[in-house]
Amino acid sequence: MPVFDLNQAPLRELNRTLHGLRPDTNETHWTVTGPDGRHAIAAGLDAPVSVEIEGHVGYYCAGMNKQAQVIVHGNAGVGVAENMMSGFVHVQGDASQAAGATAHGGLLVIDGNAGARCGISMKGIDIVVKGSVGHMSAFMAQAGTLVVLGDAGEALGDSLYEARLYVRGTVRSLGADCIEKEMRPEHLAELTEKLAAAGLSGEVGAGEFRRYGSARTLYHFNVDNAGAY
Amino acid sequence: MCGIVGLFLKNPKLEPQLGSLLSGMLVTMTDRGPDSAGFAIYGSGNAGVKLTLRATGRAVLSEAVAALEGELGRGVEVVERDTHAVIGVPEEAETRVRAWLAANHPEIDVVSVGRVMEIYKEVGLPGEVAERFDLAGMHGTHGIGHTRMATESAVTTNGAHPFSTGADECLVHNGSLSNHNGLRRVLQREGLRFATQNDTEVAAGYLSWRMREGDSLKQALEAGLRDLDGFFTFVVGTRTGFAVLRDPIACKPAVMAETDDYVAFGSEYRALVGLPGIAAARVFEPEPATVYAWERH
Repeated sequence: MPVFDLNQAPLRELNRTLHGLRPDTNETHWTVTGPDGRHAIAAGLDAPVSVEIEGHVGYYCAGMNKQAQVIVHGNAGVGVAENMMSGFVHVQGDASQAAGATAHGGLLVIDGNAGARCGISMKGIDIVVKGSVGHMSAFMAQAGTLVVLGDAGEALGDSLYEARLYVRGTVRSLGADCIEKEMRPEHLAELTEKLAAAGLSGEVGAGEFRRYGSARTLYHFNVDNAGAY
Repeated sequence: MCGIVGLFLKNPKLEPQLGSLLSGMLVTMTDRGPDSAGFAIYGSGNAGVKLTLRATGRAVLSEAVAALEGELGRGVEVVERDTHAVIGVPEEAETRVRAWLAANHPEIDVVSVGRVMEIYKEVGLPGEVAERFDLAGMHGTHGIGHTRMATESAVTTNGAHPFSTGADECLVHNGSLSNHNGLRRVLQREGLRFATQNDTEVAAGYLSWRMREGDSLKQALEAGLRDLDGFFTFVVGTRTGFAVLRDPIACKPAVMAETDDYVAFGSEYRALVGLPGIAAARVFEPEPATVYAWERH
């Protein structure tokens, strides 16, 4: 159980050490102390290890993550788990803007609120936010799911592709081409599975959510709009 | 880019530490703005008003102050700090002093006027700027600082923040405004004067104008949401107030921390880690298009 104190050794050394871990490493549980809002903590991991960070982190924490489990015991700055490929990132406080941006896979769970543009351009990640999300969340989201137990800000799902959005609370407004859609059995099953993955089985029922998705009217150029350009 | 820091003390016991706390916050924001730095300190006040003057060197200031004493026929209280000097004059003499300076020493800028506020700003790394003015040694109730990475106008001392367009009023800004030229003309017709072509100075002038017309700081900022177009995170100080506002898009970062002892603002959380009791503070990101304001009573 290695402990790495960022007030004693530089961040680059931590990340270099984590990047050097082999797939069969025995050092599978790391604790990082003194994060103090530093940027890019535990970014670029690619090993089945667990990293617990004791405090608030800055930008891009656990960015590009593969395989690893990263737990933040605090708030996260801009772009937590951005471009994650696989693995699990858990923020126990609030997350700032662009949480899970462009991420292809894995699961991001945020216990508090997420700021604006949560899941912007997401490409396959599953995001579960126990609080609310800010404006322009899931902007141009392509694939994956965004589950919000609280409310969503303005322009949810603007210019959305095929990501599925589930919101339990209110939605301030929907973005261009985002509409509410019917919650069919396969969606209830999918949502139940995502809630279970986030450890919410028995606490929150899939039936409490509404589903939002793409109206698919922006997929092809409409010649009637030619005059607008 | 740019970095902003602000600290508004609720607990008077921390007042002797205001400068050292703010200095630490400012220096942490160096990599967001290494071009120039500046800060406003709300400290002690005497009966009259304090004018913070800036010149290219100390000799110019000393000579001007000596001549000013002759002009006024009385001694002038002076505290010199590097390229700046704070002079205390009776309130009724302010207009005369300003006119005399403009006529006789056009090379001296009046950076700020106020009963308690002093503003210092210079080109250079934030750590060097803080040291030149001995920020760490300053006392006060609240303070605001800025580290600048210039995008809209040149790297000059006049382009550095904070900007002040009214007594004891100052503003720092991360972002850029797109309607400042039109708004500047409107405000000039309302009698406001601007020293630069800078967009932030227009935002400061706008708030001064609104407050002159009777708005509270909170109301002035709420009106700003309607009239100011562009990207901004603002931190604003008045004699007794401290406020934060982000534009509705909120691209520019902001983190706040509140405890029983203080309210603190940083562009990033890193700027706040040196504050006492930060581990137990309520740390939050201010919502877009929402005015956060505190007043001392």
